[in-house]
Parts: sequence; structure tokens; C-alpha cells
Amino acid sequence: MMLLIQYTLIFSSVLILVALGGCFSEHSGVINIGLEGIMVMGALGGALMMKLLPAGTAAPVMILLVVLAACALGAVYSLLLAVAAIHFKADQTLVGTAMNLLGTAAATVFVKAMNTAADVNNVSSIIQYIDAKRSFLVYINGFEFNWFMAITVLALVCSWVVLYRTRFGLRLMACGEHPQAADSVGINVYKMRYAGVLISGVLGGLGGIVYITAGVSEWMFENGVAGFGFLSLAVMIFGQWKPARIALAALLFGFFRALGNVYTGFDLLSSLNLPSALYNMLPYLVSLVVLAFTSQKSRAPKAEGIPYDKGLR
Amino acid sequence: MEQPYAIEMLHITKRFPGIVANDNITLRLRKGEIHALLGENGAGKSTLMSVLFGLYQPEEGAIKKDGREVRIKDPNDANDLGIGMVHQHFKLVECFTVLDNIILGVEPCRHGFLQKADARKKVLDLSEKYGLKVDPDALVEDITVGMQQRTEILKMLYRDNEILIFDEPTAVLTPQEIDELMEIMRGLAAEGKSILFISHKLNEIMEVADRCTVLRKGRYVGTVEVKDTTKEELSRMMVGRNVEFVVHKEPAVPKEVLLEVEGLTVASKLHSNNAVRNVSFSVRAGEIVCIAGIDGNGQTELVYGLTGLEPVKEGKILLKGADITRAPIRQRSTGGMSHIPEDRHKHGLVLDYTLEDNMVLQRYFEPEFVTSAGFLKRRAIRAYALRLIEQYDVRSGQGPVTIARSMSGGNQQKAIVAREIDKNPDLLVAVQPTRGLDVGAIEYIHRQIVAQRDAGKGVLLVSLELDEVMALSDRILVMYEGEIVGELDPKTTTVEEMGLYMAGAKRKGA
Repeated sequence: MMLLIQYTLIFSSVLILVALGGCFSEHSGVINIGLEGIMVMGALGGALMMKLLPAGTAAPVMILLVVLAACALGAVYSLLLAVAAIHFKADQTLVGTAMNLLGTAAATVFVKAMNTAADVNNVSSIIQYIDAKRSFLVYINGFEFNWFMAITVLALVCSWVVLYRTRFGLRLMACGEHPQAADSVGINVYKMRYAGVLISGVLGGLGGIVYITAGVSEWMFENGVAGFGFLSLAVMIFGQWKPARIALAALLFGFFRALGNVYTGFDLLSSLNLPSALYNMLPYLVSLVVLAFTSQKSRAPKAEGIPYDKGLR
Repeated sequence: MEQPYAIEMLHITKRFPGIVANDNITLRLRKGEIHALLGENGAGKSTLMSVLFGLYQPEEGAIKKDGREVRIKDPNDANDLGIGMVHQHFKLVECFTVLDNIILGVEPCRHGFLQKADARKKVLDLSEKYGLKVDPDALVEDITVGMQQRTEILKMLYRDNEILIFDEPTAVLTPQEIDELMEIMRGLAAEGKSILFISHKLNEIMEVADRCTVLRKGRYVGTVEVKDTTKEELSRMMVGRNVEFVVHKEPAVPKEVLLEVEGLTVASKLHSNNAVRNVSFSVRAGEIVCIAGIDGNGQTELVYGLTGLEPVKEGKILLKGADITRAPIRQRSTGGMSHIPEDRHKHGLVLDYTLEDNMVLQRYFEPEFVTSAGFLKRRAIRAYALRLIEQYDVRSGQGPVTIARSMSGGNQQKAIVAREIDKNPDLLVAVQPTRGLDVGAIEYIHRQIVAQRDAGKGVLLVSLELDEVMALSDRILVMYEGEIVGELDPKTTTVEEMGLYMAGAKRKGA
């Protein structure tokens, strides 16, 4: 039971972070399909930092540097989308898709090359971080508390405050809803959209490192992030682009994902004798069902996906 | 002594590829006056205002504010100079509150956090002072068009703008809201604000403006004192010839029944009641039947039901005797019904298609335009479009390959009228065909409608403009709350009597 809660929380954290990232991007008016790729890049950044830092680095330093590395790489990678979609007015869905393909492929190539350089017989795309990962964990009465959970709560609160209580948030959302209106009152739509995409890169990258450290202590980059970027988009839509609702939606999806990891611990579930693949499919199946029923009513930012062109009226 | 000028636009020239939108135009706005800017669609009014608002840079000419030359590079500069604008299509974020929309861009903040309390007080004070009733906490998508416009005005006042530009502000308002707006504009001018009022509605200009500058085809025609001029003179300046406000038509000679509607009921999208309730009427060949009524009394839904845009709940529609109650739209169209829709952007045109493709939207499948293998005959389409453009005088930048979106509203409407009439229908359903058009275009479209009638077609006209109803119709049906509450003869009735029916104060028979 404890394990189920623990996994639910950590997987929900991933979904919350990445969905919030998508939320910022879409509120600025840019659809970010590329979250999957951004996650992989963030994961790579974080994993490399864990690998490079010497054993025995103090936990707070480790946490800070790993988070920074993940965020930084995610942000840099998201610039691809920003430049292509905002500056060059490319089709946002296409750019995002390309980023997903590129993200996993580039990370795999990079890690393989790195592994092979260290040992010619090692052609795997695996990075191990079993020691470094311990810095993130605190055990409380058998519950494995992960500092990422705290960071997620912080990110959630900050997102809500930024979106609904600051000038930046008001202007950001205006750009996603009616960029011409924002422009007519002197808001630089391009700048705001860059900001939105970059924030999504930061949060997406962070989500990536949280995902690959949840439950395992090494990661094979060939696997990418197994559709979690897309699942986060589903969470974002189910959460109606609102932070609080995103958190609730993420808990739901996180729960089903966690079930796949720990169902063997429940007598009732294991006695059903269902194949494990079914449990692993659960979050994706749930997202299909949920979206099929709710997306009718969903209200996306109006201008999302449309490149802003000052000249058009 | 003459009042000083608040804004002077001197010898402004602005060119676009292919056309000179403004050719050496001079406009002087006095402090505290309401100055109308009059011109046909495409005369260069909007371009001139965009230059003043910093959206476009003129190639030649200068702008002076209070006698000093200024450069306006973007809307921020305009705002700093105290110039504000209510755009024809409102620039409001629909899912924001009224207050958020007003403060957007000039938010009162401490350390980046919004401080809305002060803003709210200022907005309420302004709203009180100028009689601009708004609910600051309502979402823009929930409020009436009139209140949205008041929000736009408050946006300017909140920024302490001294020069207020209204770009065709009455196009979207009901008659009552127009009266209110006129009152508000007078109040603003009395407080010392200078107002530029862009319009092509002569009645409104005569009523509210002090002076009027007229543009025609990008050129300056003249500036006149409104009290020294007449409607006829203004329209002559605008169009360049005498315009007839009266539609000439012979008495109708109705023949066989073309359209028969029995007990039609259409559900509403907005509420659970039916928008159209048990409506029966008929339209004969050779007559213009007009449906009058205040906006929102079921006219839109009635037309949706007739044309097949929405399913019919109950009742029967017969077109030339054939039951088309559940027929698909194409069958109605090929069966002899033409439709000039109320919303030309939504239902009339594919805005990002070319003009020629829009011209054949309902005919591309005919052998004239497509080979048996399914390939379009582009040359035939081009030739057809060229003929319609020529015959119906549809003006555009690049002829048949112009993207519909880039055309002026009047010419978009002409393109639709051309397409629908050229189909040679038996029944023409025209909904608000002259909405937002200038007198020249209105005159033209009215003539086309009468010509259709005289050619033995039936016309069902839905209009909110009482003048139009009285001028065109042979029979008037008044709709009120989804029902037809009266049938009137335009020759014997008066606008006042019609108004009573429209307001639901009087009803006859069924």
C-alpha cells in the first residue's frame, strides 16, 4: 500500500511537472507536442550530471546541480521549437513531432558513443546512477520520500501564482487567447511566446529526470520516456490547462501507472492473473477513455497552434 | 477663434503592393470635437487610422500632436501620446474578465504581482462618470456586444487617452445600443476628449458629428461642417455620384408558391426552449417576403432550418412542392435555393481560398467545372470567376486569385451575391445582405434583389434594418420570440406599427 502511494506520488510528480510545462507553452499560444523529446533531453542532462559528479557529493549540491542540468538542457532543446515555431512560423505540430524523434535518437547516439569511448565492448545506451540517486531519497517510516516531490509541489504553487496573480501570467495568457488584442495594448507577443516555450522546456526537462529516476537506478536511453510526454499532454487537457486541475488529473493517471509497478503486491490483483502488459497499458487506456469523454467540453487557449503574424488582421 | 488642433495628419501617403491606400490625405482633428471620417469600403479609412495608431508607417506625410511633429512607430507610441482606438473587431480576450481586459498592458503591479483593487476603483469611477455600465468581474464571453464595446471604451479612458478613435462602432450594435453610444460619445466630447468616428452610416454622422472628412478611393475629397451639409451631399462626396436612397420597384406580381413552411420548429443552441416555434408561411414566385424583428427572435435559426445548417425539430418545408425538410444542403442548393448567409465569414466564404474557388463552392461538381475523372477544370473556373467579377463589379487586389480574407467586407459580400444569384435560383434566401456595407454597395445589392424578384424568383429577406424592410418588401412577417406575430403590408403599415409587433406589444391572428 505504502509502495502504491509512493509510486503514485512520484509518477504524478512527473506528469504534473511536464503538464505544467505544456500548460505554459499553450497559454502563450504554442502547442508543445515535443514534450516527449524535451523530457529525454532533460533526463540526459540530469543523468550525465549524476554520472559526472564525484561520489560523496553533498546531497543538496547534488540535487541542485542535477535539477539545473536537467532544466538547462530541456530549455535549450525547447529553443528549437521556439525558434522554428515563433520566429520562422513553422507548423508547431510538425516541429514537435520532429523534436520527439530527434530527442530519443540523439540521446541514444550520444550515450552509446560515450559508453563505447569508455569501454570498447560497451555498446549499450545505459547510464547508471545508483549511488547518486540516493541523494534524492529520504526514508520516513518505510516511505521513500523523494525531494522531487517537494520540488513538484513548489512548481505547482509557483505556476498557479505566476499564471493568476502576476502581470506576466495575465500577459502570457492573453497571447495564447487573442494575440492581436495583446499586441494592440503593446505586449510583445513574440517575447511572451518565447518565454512560454522556454518555461515548458525547463519544466519538461525537470520532468524527464524525475521520470527516469522513479523506481529504477539506470536508464536505457533507447527507450526514450515511453510516451510520458504525451500522457502529460493528456493530463494537461484533462486538467483544462489549469494547474490545480492538472494536479488532480496527474494523480489519477499516476495512480494507474503506479499500479503497473506494484500490482503484484496486492493479493486481489495478482490472483486475477492478468498479464502485466495490461497493467502497463492502463494509464494509456485510461487517457484514451477520459479524453474521448471530456475533450468535447475542453477549452484550449484559442490562438494556440496559430503562428502570430503582426501583419494579419 | 478657432479651437486648436489635437491631431493633424498632413499629406499622408501609404502604399501597398498594387494600390495606393492613402494618397496625400490631410485630416485635422480639433480638441473636443466629434470628427467623422466617411468613405466607402476600401476608401482608405482604416488604413489612415492604422497609420495614426502606429500599425502602419506612411511613406510620406507628417503627424502633429498639439502642433508638434511626432513619430508613431507602434501602438505603444500612440498610447503614450494619448491616442486610443476601439477596433471594429474588438480586441478583447474572451475568457478574461472585463477588468483584466481593461488593465491588460498597463497592469498596476507591485514586484510583478497584480494589484487589482486600485484598478477596479478607477474603472468603476470612470464607468460612473461617463455612464459606461459594465460589470468588472464578468467574463467577456458572457456579456453583450454593447457591454464589450463599453469595455473597449473604458480601456481607452483607463489609459487617460485624449484622442479616441472609433472604427465603425455601430456596425455590431442594436438600435438602442447605438442611441446609447451616441449619448456616450457626446458626453466624452463634452469632457474635452477629441473623437474620430469612422463610419459610412450617414444618419449617424448627421446626428452626432461636428465635422466630417470624406475619402474616396484613397483620396481626400473634403472636410465639411455637418450642420451646413445634407445626407445627399455627403453621399455624393463619398460615392462620387448621386445615390438613390429610394428603391424603385414596380408592384409585385406574385405567381405560384415556391416555398411552403408548415409548423416549423427549430431548437435553440443557447437555451432549452425552441428558437423557432410552429412557424408557417409561404413565399411565391415574384415577391419579396421580408422577415422583420429584433435580433435574436429566432430569425437566424429559422434560416438555419430552411437552408439545412441546423436540423429541424418538427414541421415541414416544401420547395417547389418537394419535401426538403431533411434534405442535405447540396440537394436544397441544386434544387433551386440560394442563400446569402448572415455571417459571411462563417457560412459564406472559405476565407483562405481564392476568390475563384469561392465562386464555384456550390458548383465545382458540375460537369462544367470538373472532368469525369474528378479533376477540376481550372481554366473553366478561372473564366467563370472572371465573368462574375466583371459582371458584378467585385473589386479585389489580384482578381480571381485574391485570397478572400484580404478583400474588403463589401466586396466579399458582392462576391457572395454574385455567386448566389448567378446560380439562377428559384428562391433566394438573403439574410442581412447589406450588413456593414456602404451606401453604394447597399444600393447595388438592393437593385439585384429587386431584379431577382422581377425575373420571377421568390425572395425571402431577413433584415434588422427597418428602412430596408420598408423599402424592399412586398409582404412583411414579423417574428417575436420564435413566432410569427403578424403579417403586414408595407404599403399600408408604418414603422411605428411594425415596431409594436417587433416588441411583442401587438399580435394578430396566429
